[in-house]
Amino acid sequence: MIKLSRKNLVIPYALFLALFVVAPLLVILYLSFTDSNGAFTFGNFAKFFGDPTYITTFLYSLAIAVLTTLLCLLLAYPVAYILARSKWNKKMILVLLFVMPMWINFVLRIAALRELLNLLGLVGQSTGFLKTVIGMVYDFLPFMILPLYTTLIKMDKSVLEAASDLGANNRQVFFKAVVPLSLPGIVSGITMVFMPSMTCYVVSDVLSERTFEVLGNLIERNYMDNWNFASAIAIVLLVIIGIVMLFTYRFEDHDVNARGGGLW
Amino acid sequence: MVKKFFAGGYVFLVLAFMYAPILFLIIFSFTDTTVLGMWNGFTFKLYGKVFDNRELMNALWNTVLLAFTSAVCSTVLGTVGAVGIFYSKKRTQKVLNGLSQIPVVNAEVVTAISLALTFVFVLGRGKLNFGTLLLGHMVLATPFVVLSVTPRLKQMDPNLYEAALDLGATPARALFKVVLPDILPGIFSGFMLAVTLSLDDYIITQFTRDSTFKTLSVYIYDQTKKALPNEIRALCAMIFLIMVLVVVFLNFRASRKNQKVRQNF
Repeated sequence: MIKLSRKNLVIPYALFLALFVVAPLLVILYLSFTDSNGAFTFGNFAKFFGDPTYITTFLYSLAIAVLTTLLCLLLAYPVAYILARSKWNKKMILVLLFVMPMWINFVLRIAALRELLNLLGLVGQSTGFLKTVIGMVYDFLPFMILPLYTTLIKMDKSVLEAASDLGANNRQVFFKAVVPLSLPGIVSGITMVFMPSMTCYVVSDVLSERTFEVLGNLIERNYMDNWNFASAIAIVLLVIIGIVMLFTYRFEDHDVNARGGGLW
Repeated sequence: MVKKFFAGGYVFLVLAFMYAPILFLIIFSFTDTTVLGMWNGFTFKLYGKVFDNRELMNALWNTVLLAFTSAVCSTVLGTVGAVGIFYSKKRTQKVLNGLSQIPVVNAEVVTAISLALTFVFVLGRGKLNFGTLLLGHMVLATPFVVLSVTPRLKQMDPNLYEAALDLGATPARALFKVVLPDILPGIFSGFMLAVTLSLDDYIITQFTRDSTFKTLSVYIYDQTKKALPNEIRALCAMIFLIMVLVVVFLNFRASRKNQKVRQNF
């Protein structure tokens, strides 16, 4: 019999991870390298990389992700900086104001945005790309603000004072001290915005009235009829995530506060 | 002064961008036109319509049920897991913390399809049910519970547990009476994170649910294929109100706790 010691408490969680995180990934890995009869093949990947329409979707997704991430960073950095520097003692409430939209149902928020954009005259097929980017920025902005804010607020103020004492002007202090020191937050924000905006097909579906697709759509559309192909696309995504992680893991801020956990 | 003015203005503009769509729906929830943007006199009619919409009420109930069940399960599993990991060997810790990161950094659609295909593999086509959906939401939320509880464990004074044992407590009793109270705030924030993740989720739900089981996300997503029914505006207003109340309540509680701490010093 297994003794109930503290160490053994880990067993249920370890089993859970093995069965519902690791095993499923192995399942799609297996499916991506086999055809519908179970024979080994590279065909699924060949189909994806050989077809211009899939490659176009892939490139569009990449463009959307890059654009969304950049826009989020440009919009969020000043916000996080202003909030972190403000002496106003109600600033926690301000931070909360930026996070609160995340607690309204995400599909509802996107539907609301669609109605507003329609009313503003952004209609028609040609606006699909633009509306998708707006929607992604709207949806993922809090994920950029939070990690930036948590690193900026933790930053040692005396370092910045030292920089200006040593003769740096405001601009130099910002670009040579503040920005490099906030790198963990920046990287953390980028990873939290980049991947979802490449794959979150709900945003593109709802806002472009299903005229515009990202990679997530391809998976969703092929999931029922062609498991193997859908799995192959998922594996391509996994590889991209792996590459992003490889570059960013060292810098990242692994504080759960950066993910909104500390607000409760 | 001018600088401050610009800073405030900028923050306000970004906030306006983030709230505009929601406030827009809320304003027009007080009139019952079918076309959004038209005003047809002030009325609460749409609010009544929300409660008359069977499908919507059903979806709401499903959402709450799922969020609560999955959050409880994730919190128990995640808390026990975090305690277990904390007392494990360095290598086990490293492996499990690494694996916990997978659902956190992975694209949701990849997690969703991998789970769905595994379930179909094991159970067969068309056999997805509430259990598979629950597991899907647990995969999403449990790592976040572990991430919220672990820092609390690290801050804990390790001598307290030993002291409890020395004073004659059994290990189980020491865990419940000493460790658990210490990490409770972490457990609570993990639970709240799990609830919000579940309430918000669409993609994993869509892949792992039984096709007759609709959550609010699924219902609204289906409605976006045509013009949005006008009672959705009233629903949006009510959700917003509930959220504001919860936030105010939690803040009030937090500030009272702070005051108490200050008084004790």
